[in-house]
Amino acid sequence: MKLKYITRILWAAVAISGIGLLALTIMKPYLFPDKVIFQSAITADFELTDQNGQILRDEDFADQWMLVFFGYTNCPDVCPTTIAEMAAVMDGLGDKQSMVQPIMITIDPERDTPGVLAEYLGFFSPGFVGLTGSPEQIAATSKTFQIFYAKETEPDAPDGYGMAHTSHIYLFGPDGKYIRFYRYGTTAEAILKDLSNRI
Amino acid sequence: MKRHLLALSLGIFASFPAIGSADQPGLEVEQAWSRASMGNDRPGVAYMVVRNTGSETRTLIGAKTDIAMMPQIHRTTTGASGVSQMAPAGDIEIQPGAEIALAPGGLHIMLMKLTQPLIEGESYGLTLLFKNGHDFEVSVPILSPTARNANP
Repeated sequence: MKLKYITRILWAAVAISGIGLLALTIMKPYLFPDKVIFQSAITADFELTDQNGQILRDEDFADQWMLVFFGYTNCPDVCPTTIAEMAAVMDGLGDKQSMVQPIMITIDPERDTPGVLAEYLGFFSPGFVGLTGSPEQIAATSKTFQIFYAKETEPDAPDGYGMAHTSHIYLFGPDGKYIRFYRYGTTAEAILKDLSNRI
Repeated sequence: MKRHLLALSLGIFASFPAIGSADQPGLEVEQAWSRASMGNDRPGVAYMVVRNTGSETRTLIGAKTDIAMMPQIHRTTTGASGVSQMAPAGDIEIQPGAEIALAPGGLHIMLMKLTQPLIEGESYGLTLLFKNGHDFEVSVPILSPTARNANP
């Protein structure tokens, strides 16, 4: 009899902690928007090709802060807006600009080849590093950053598709360690305020 | 004779506002802007604020312009987990007295199949299409490729 009660209490405890875990996971983006709780740590671990055709690894940015975002050149709204805000952040940094490297990693490697990135970033934001690679390399990179991306059918868009993708801007320190992300829509002023306090 | 001429001209001028409002009643569009584009291979974008100053609901159903073959009103949504995506916005109702903002990160006019590049410093005409057939013409200035809002 006693064992039955204990067993029931233990199962109830499992159920309660299970519900608690589920609730926390669902509420996590609202409660702790900038923290990573249950996932393994986000790392900037990449070996990709830049817009000049050079292989670049995260180690090549040692001693620099990295501001990384994921996007694609056929994006009409989110990506140009992110670039515009990041360009404003870089302007605001003034003589501290050289300490921070803005990086765009494409999640549309089929179309965004090094040459395409060179032209695009040359037009929008000289000074940004653009990274691309094979679809497999981009997929591997997306796992270390824990970002999501997927093709979306859009009949009238170029090539009939656009991309859904994580639109955060990720900040890494000079030691290469992940610090935080800035949610899409965070103004350049807010990013600059936060970043200036850290540099 | 002079007095009659004066009365006639005043009468004609006084009717101008009425003529204007009979064509396009109760709408104001402000802060229209586009970013300059790199060539015309990729979709451009237009943003603006549309205000219904009339007494009836206005339903925005699309846009047309010479500068793009397929302009379409899209909506960007960003979920709690940070994934952004776009979809056609469908018809948009604007209640009397209300306004809608087409702005980065939300509603925008995706200018697909540009017929020519959007060049900074120039402007182009765009017509907002409404369900009731009273369409509205807007002149959209083209700002820098990294413009952040309507105010350069």
